[in-house]
Amino acid sequence: MHPLTGTAADLVWLLPLLPFLGFVANGWLSLRGAVRARVTAHPTRLETEGSRHPQFTLVNVIGVGSVVAAFGVAIAVFAALAGAPDAAGPYVQTYGSWLPSGDLRVDWAFQVDRLSMVMALIVTGVGALIHVFSVGYMADDPGYPRYFSYLNLFVFFMLTLVLGASYAVIFVGWEGVGLASYLLIGFWFSETRNADAGKKAFIVNRVGDFGFLIAMFLLWANLGTLDFREVAQRVPELAAGGGLVTAICLFLFLGAAGKSAQMPLYIWLPDAMAGPTPVSALIHAATMVTGGVYLVARSADLFAIAPVASLTVVVVGAVTAIFAAVIGLKQWDIKKVLAYSTVSQLGMMFVAVGSGAYVAGLFHLVTHAFFKALLFLGAGAVIHALHHGYHAVHDETSDAQDLRLMGGLRRRMPVTFALMWIATLAIAGVPPLAGFFSKDEILASVFRQAGGSALAQATWLGIPGSVVLGTAYAILLVTALLTAVYMTRLMRYAFHGPSRVPGDAAAHVAESPWVMRGPLVVLGALTVAGGWLNLPALLPLGPVGTLEHWLAPVTGRGAAVLAAGAPALGHGTEQALVGVAVAVALAGIAIAWVVCRPDAVPAPDAPAPTSGFGWLLSNKFFVDEAIEALIVAPLVKVSRLVLWRGIDLGVLDALFVRGPGALTRGIGWAGTRLQSGLVGTYVWVIAIAVLAVLGLMLLMK
Amino acid sequence: MTWTAAGVQLAHFWIFGAIAIASALLFVTRRSPVAAALWLVNTMFCLAALYVLLEAPFVGAVQVLVYAGAIMVVFLFVVMLLNLGRDDARLDLREPGVRGAALLVGLLLAVELVVASRTPAEATAPLPAAEGTNVVAPVARALFTEHLVAFEVTSVLLLAAIVGAVALARRESPASRGPAVPEGPAA
Amino acid sequence: MIGASLFVSAVLFAIGVGGVLVRRNAIMLFMCVELMLNAVNLSFVALSRLHGVTGQVVVIFVMTVAAAEAAVGLAIIISAFRHFKSADLADIRLLGG
Repeated sequence: MHPLTGTAADLVWLLPLLPFLGFVANGWLSLRGAVRARVTAHPTRLETEGSRHPQFTLVNVIGVGSVVAAFGVAIAVFAALAGAPDAAGPYVQTYGSWLPSGDLRVDWAFQVDRLSMVMALIVTGVGALIHVFSVGYMADDPGYPRYFSYLNLFVFFMLTLVLGASYAVIFVGWEGVGLASYLLIGFWFSETRNADAGKKAFIVNRVGDFGFLIAMFLLWANLGTLDFREVAQRVPELAAGGGLVTAICLFLFLGAAGKSAQMPLYIWLPDAMAGPTPVSALIHAATMVTGGVYLVARSADLFAIAPVASLTVVVVGAVTAIFAAVIGLKQWDIKKVLAYSTVSQLGMMFVAVGSGAYVAGLFHLVTHAFFKALLFLGAGAVIHALHHGYHAVHDETSDAQDLRLMGGLRRRMPVTFALMWIATLAIAGVPPLAGFFSKDEILASVFRQAGGSALAQATWLGIPGSVVLGTAYAILLVTALLTAVYMTRLMRYAFHGPSRVPGDAAAHVAESPWVMRGPLVVLGALTVAGGWLNLPALLPLGPVGTLEHWLAPVTGRGAAVLAAGAPALGHGTEQALVGVAVAVALAGIAIAWVVCRPDAVPAPDAPAPTSGFGWLLSNKFFVDEAIEALIVAPLVKVSRLVLWRGIDLGVLDALFVRGPGALTRGIGWAGTRLQSGLVGTYVWVIAIAVLAVLGLMLLMK
Repeated sequence: MTWTAAGVQLAHFWIFGAIAIASALLFVTRRSPVAAALWLVNTMFCLAALYVLLEAPFVGAVQVLVYAGAIMVVFLFVVMLLNLGRDDARLDLREPGVRGAALLVGLLLAVELVVASRTPAEATAPLPAAEGTNVVAPVARALFTEHLVAFEVTSVLLLAAIVGAVALARRESPASRGPAVPEGPAA
Repeated sequence: MIGASLFVSAVLFAIGVGGVLVRRNAIMLFMCVELMLNAVNLSFVALSRLHGVTGQVVVIFVMTVAAAEAAVGLAIIISAFRHFKSADLADIRLLGG
């Protein structure tokens, strides 16, 4: 008898069900509205500015209410779980059999354990805040119910992802969030650019999903199960460090890299900014993109015995972190800066989980969810305000997201301004904000692991693990510096200095309504206080290492394997590390403050640099172009010339479409020749046939 | 061969059989349709005799009445009606090459059929011939009990044939609605 | 005697087939078919000595059907002759492809 039986944990099925019901109800409202209006075309936002959907209140009650209720359930389940003893294993609730096929047995099952409930709290908590924010942000949108039904659908699938008790159930949520992401990126689908961005996200994610599927096949073929509990039990059957477990982990990581936008599959995330800004905050910053980190942490037992795969995660994470940070330096679209920042921060998380510091990675995941959601929502508030400003002066050409057309907003939007600065300091790693603690823990963990852990003794492509980890530490430090730089640059250009808003629009820019400011304030509070979740022993401002103790039953084993033999850091070393991290953050802020002078902002139509590093940077290192030229173009060419012209038209059509046609016509032609209408001929044919058949029968007797 | 009853019977059989085959050959090779038809009548008479020798005198009688008497008369009637007996530029027989091929096919078929019909059944004792003079009774019994349905259906078939023949052979033009070609199957 | 009957029957049938192959007049073809029917009848009668009276019954049915066939067939020939002014089958090829 599990100690959670009969407690609130039995209600875990309500968690995904509530958003799903919201999705159905709002979807129905949306479809009904479309039928009633007899239009399926999507009116532009400008056309409907100031007018609200007829069922505005009902949609809010359903859309926001369902997620808030789910958050309540999550708290209740979390409380029940917190009351259970540490030794109590995961509480698995099975609701039915899904794939009973031969030896394969996959159940619809949810798993309540410490990791899944942390994730569920983030998803429903941050999700609820962003739903509330959306009420204000999307109020004028004609597709209002559709928006909330998609958003609820996303929460439903995301909860399925984090609560699933097996890789197969996770995969359902994994694909589902991909679908919801696609729908929301292309929410304003009447513009081709947005629809294309949705497609790009979906297709790039397919590459990762392929890896996930292969990993599942390998797991099933070798362990005979996809269930987390059973996989954990049977991990010792796999040869530690062997090719098989390395392959499984690498394929799992390919899936994670697709979902979490790592090199080289990160290209979809900046384009995903085509969706509404709250969507970017919820899906493309706080929750969905962290699914890959969650997956690696969930598979900690597997990664622990595959040091090569773990080091691969570190390498990819580190490269992604610095690469995206560098690109983020030169972006002018406020959302693109945040998008590259997200990619970079996800890279940091992967370095953490790859180096076996699962708690540090998840800790950063949690704090990042707070401050990045805050940054995105703040940016959303800015865009919203500017949009209204432009609308008031009938300016329909200026881009509300261009940093070059902002400036001086701090006087117009003081609350947003203050909260954005808090989040900026947090992401830069300034104490005592949440980001400082989590980033510092990642840096310290990587440094510690580099000093002689089991992972440091492994080799990656011939390079010693200690070198890989040491380099990763250095890269992360540089990334931290760059993070501080590009975030300060964003703040400086958006809020400080004189206004560069064209025309009189600036006069109409005002602080957003409370329904949008409220969630910002809550997230601001979380950004300040989030660090207390897992205080380091160095700064005992409260209970130390809460999250670490909490997650120990889930990731503790894997972390212990990879960290085996790592020397404990001395107090002095630790203080030095913290000092370096803080110094780097402050240096970054100072550099940006000096370099990014608002009076030096180029005009939006100024030509981009045509040579040198700036040229590379403004073109994002030509990664998109390289992928286009190396993969997409050959693929299209091969598809067109070989598959379409060659195989489809040449072989399939000729052999199976036109071939049988020609054959039938030929037989028909021969038949008409045979059908002379002359009885004499027929008689001859019959007689000779009889002769032949009779002769054959006699010969065979 | 001794002069037993069976020996005499067999001798008769071969005589009539030879005449039947000879008449058939003549029938096939005559140019004039009328002559050919008459040779066919001869073959049928011979067959009737063979039936009698095979202890099926009723069938023999019917053969004479129906085939030789009725059907062949109708054939002759049509031949004369259509005036096919006259000399025609086109021979009724095909070209010599075709004739040779037909001869070959016929011979081959005959050989095959003879080989195929060489049955060891002769060894089994023949059924005891019906004693007395009443040779019709067994046929009648079988016809009106076991095969009654088929018999009745045949009568419908004949009716349909009569109607069909009249309808088909009527003059096409409704204006010249003369008497239909007088013909009818005899049964 | 049954073997002899089957021999005669086979030869007559083959002659009938040869006739069908060599003739071109519709009525003559018809008569050749009748000869083939008669050949088969002979087999039936001969084998009825072995297998009972059913063979003779079948012969009676064959004769009936032959009569019906003759009636309809000859009527068709008359019709065709009226139309084509010929009973030569080489002239009648309405069903040609």
